Amino acid sequence: MTQTYDFPHGLITKIEGRALVLRGDDIDTDRIIPARFLKCVSFEALGAQVFADDRKELEGGHPFDLPAHQGATILVVNDNFGCGSSREHAPQALMRWGIRALIGVSFAEIFYGNCLALGIPCAKASQDQVRALQDAMAQDPSATWTFDLETSSCSSDLGHWSMEVDPGPRDMLLSGRWDATGQLLSRDAELQSTLDRLPYLNGFCTNTADT
Amino acid sequence: MSSGTLYDKVWDLHRVAELSGGSTQLLIGLHLIHEVTSPQAFVALEDKGLKVRCPERTVATVDHIVPTTNQARPFADPLAEEMLSTLERNCSKHQIVLNGIGSGRQGIVHVIAPELGLTQPGMTVACGDSHTSTHGAFGAIAFGIGTSQVRDVLASQSLAMNKLKVRRLWVDNQLSPGVFAKDLILHVIRSLGVKAGVGHAYEFAGPAIDALSMEERMTLCNMAIEGGARCGYVNPDQTTFDYLEGRPYAPSGEAWHRAMRWWRSLASNADAVFDDELRFDAATIAPTVTWGITPGQGIGVDEQVPTPEQLDPADRPIAEEAYRYMDLTPGQAIAGVPVDVCFIGSCTNGRLSDLKAAAAVARGRQVAAGIKAFVVPGSEQVARAAEAEGLDQVFRDAGFEWREPGCSMCLAMNPDRLEGRQISASSSNRNFKGRQGSASGRTLLMSPAMVAAAAVTGHVSDVRLLGV
Ligand code: SF4
Repeated sequence: MTQTYDFPHGLITKIEGRALVLRGDDIDTDRIIPARFLKCVSFEALGAQVFADDRKELEGGHPFDLPAHQGATILVVNDNFGCGSSREHAPQALMRWGIRALIGVSFAEIFYGNCLALGIPCAKASQDQVRALQDAMAQDPSATWTFDLETSSCSSDLGHWSMEVDPGPRDMLLSGRWDATGQLLSRDAELQSTLDRLPYLNGFCTNTADT
Repeated sequence: MSSGTLYDKVWDLHRVAELSGGSTQLLIGLHLIHEVTSPQAFVALEDKGLKVRCPERTVATVDHIVPTTNQARPFADPLAEEMLSTLERNCSKHQIVLNGIGSGRQGIVHVIAPELGLTQPGMTVACGDSHTSTHGAFGAIAFGIGTSQVRDVLASQSLAMNKLKVRRLWVDNQLSPGVFAKDLILHVIRSLGVKAGVGHAYEFAGPAIDALSMEERMTLCNMAIEGGARCGYVNPDQTTFDYLEGRPYAPSGEAWHRAMRWWRSLASNADAVFDDELRFDAATIAPTVTWGITPGQGIGVDEQVPTPEQLDPADRPIAEEAYRYMDLTPGQAIAGVPVDVCFIGSCTNGRLSDLKAAAAVARGRQVAAGIKAFVVPGSEQVARAAEAEGLDQVFRDAGFEWREPGCSMCLAMNPDRLEGRQISASSSNRNFKGRQGSASGRTLLMSPAMVAAAAVTGHVSDVRLLGV
């Protein structure tokens, strides 16, 4: 399976495409990408290995294997998605499979941050809303949905759902500043002065008593 | 909003700048790296033409992929060999200290940094590994990060972060004999659920926490992440200082006294404000065992696997999945469930005191017929200290294998793994489906003493009844 997609870059405003529904709470990153696939020095091959064990178990019946879902870009999950290991291999595998946006009830924190670092928005909605959205999406897997970060909504001919996107990450994605490295590097003078005043990097001399 | 807590103080000290988008640039005082989550970060760094900002604040080891039987190079597994040689190349190129195999300092990253005295109160510690929360035991703010963030820390010694809420978990009274920090944290996660901590730092405090040794505090903070809390910490006290004194990277001489004064000042103030507080009673906690496929699916060893009716409706679907996967029946007693493999080790419970507690159970007993039992020290230092006390011999005499340090069967990135439907009693931290290397393998999490009890009886057993 060699699919070539443009990875997220620049301003992230809208993601259009088919949706993929993956039901279940507490889906951990060991399931998204089993540990044996972490034995690599590059992320390249991960797309084909996403959910490898779950897919094997379902023998072609897993949502990521269904023909109707091939090429889908919007993944809709339930509660506490991406919990467990901090492996960025998990969002990398999803991204390399083709996912560009997620909607769920909640996301584990490290997973959420890893997605943001790749330019992949994770939007939230209540469990009831997510279930309704999943039901609507499941009705017609061929429908094209628009995940709109500007209006914080997800819509198609089948309906319109509003979602919540945390304001900080939303702003970073919309303005193309989700790749943090540049911003962090631009504050090197402040960084140096913080380094210079940290007691444990300076012989534990604190201004109060011991300088 | 919290104020006056250790978390607030450490956060303020490390704040570099406010970033547009509402996050804060936070300086990272100690960056730990290993072979799994760093290679792609180094590539990304070099793609951008960047250097490592503070190589002297970056420390490496190798743990996930190392075999625990034969550690001779090159490794039998060419992929594992490639990962280690990539790390070696990156470290030498960027002048980063690598605590490699045979250095006397190699081991699981969350075991070696504390034992070398690298982890200290008041630091911010980051590592591309979710169990970085372990280092919070020292009163550090420590959290796991992904590979893109590893790249950011390498490049800028800082991260874009959002401040967490601070929840105090106050634990009264004392743990009973036979009940360990592992049981306490499994109990906390069982009580609050695996996502209660999302968005929070956990401060562990109260008489039961004060009484814990540093190694026990590490076990506790290690698993904060399994309760959803990206970091957990304990305020530094005399126990912390006694542990640190004399370690290779700990301050000495005059600086030691200045350090202690500063460290004391970091503890949460008596009038600190927490976002919320929850209370537990240590005296009521029993040895705790997980029966399901999330660390929150735990019960006392004297209890039964819960029935769907006993569970919150929201927890029922995952419980149903767990009954099927684990092949356990609702209402069935957990004690007596037969096991195939017994694993003692990991960054949760691979330290000297863990091995001692397990050895106390193993001493003079025999591993039950048909059971594979093995002990993997968390580091070379732990291994040598245990051998000096003769613990390796105690284990060998009892029929356990004594291995070389590494992550081993905590996750399946090395030759140690479950096969088929095997069920393990494991002192590690995750019982997710497939975690221990077989897509249908099953894991029961428990303390090292309980794992030893399972090994010698052949099934889940209450260690308190073995009269140790
Ligand atoms: S022992 Fe397990 S949890 Fe700890 S660092 Fe190794 S693999 Fe991760």
